[in-house]
Amino acid sequence: MNSKRPVNLDLSKFHFPLPAITSILHRTSGIIIFIGMGFLLYGLDLSLEGESGFNAVNDLLSSFLAKLIIWGILSALLYHLVAGIKHLLMDMGIGEELQSGRLAAKATVVISVILIVLAGVWIWQ
Amino acid sequence: MAVSSITNLGRSGAYDWMVQRVTAYVLALYTLFLLGFLLFTDVDYASWGALFHQTWFRIFSLMALISMGAHAWVGLWTVTTDYVKATAPRFLIQALCGTAMFVYVVWGVQILWGH
Repeated sequence: MNSKRPVNLDLSKFHFPLPAITSILHRTSGIIIFIGMGFLLYGLDLSLEGESGFNAVNDLLSSFLAKLIIWGILSALLYHLVAGIKHLLMDMGIGEELQSGRLAAKATVVISVILIVLAGVWIWQ
Repeated sequence: MAVSSITNLGRSGAYDWMVQRVTAYVLALYTLFLLGFLLFTDVDYASWGALFHQTWFRIFSLMALISMGAHAWVGLWTVTTDYVKATAPRFLIQALCGTAMFVYVVWGVQILWGH
């Protein structure tokens, strides 16, 4: 193979269509959920230890940092869920063409942004 | 012949694809149920503890936990084989992911049945 052939792997020069961006975000959100699962299991463990443990989780969730972490995990979860449902619909043959695929990617972004904002309102109400 | 790798969960891409779908349905149902419970009921220690004391919910939770382990393995395997080309670091990262999943599942069992 000719090793002198020109290659352009400068990611900043690539054009990413929206479906590519939603796909990358699906992967990123999956990794965030996987790491966040440790925090969620810790909270569940504490909340089931007894009344004092449950109250301790409530107290923890009143701090700004904990709210931010929970919002972050919830945002990743909501995005991953919406993008995942899009995948399951594609399994059924919905949204597989170029136009419908682009529309499905747009819908994924719009629906998850709405849900993430609502989750923020829920957490900070 | 189907392309496969020894680190594939089901030794074939088609099997992994199916595992990813089946676990996705379980995880989606569990997530929606738990979000619905948190949003539409007045959650206090009594109702929260009562939910996690019911056998059907413990089974549902364990099903979700095991699904999460399998789902995350297929997903993280795909991501690591795509982006970490060097064999040794890739195996190390995959081993770390596998260990974390095992810890999550065993820890989850202890949380569900230990209180």
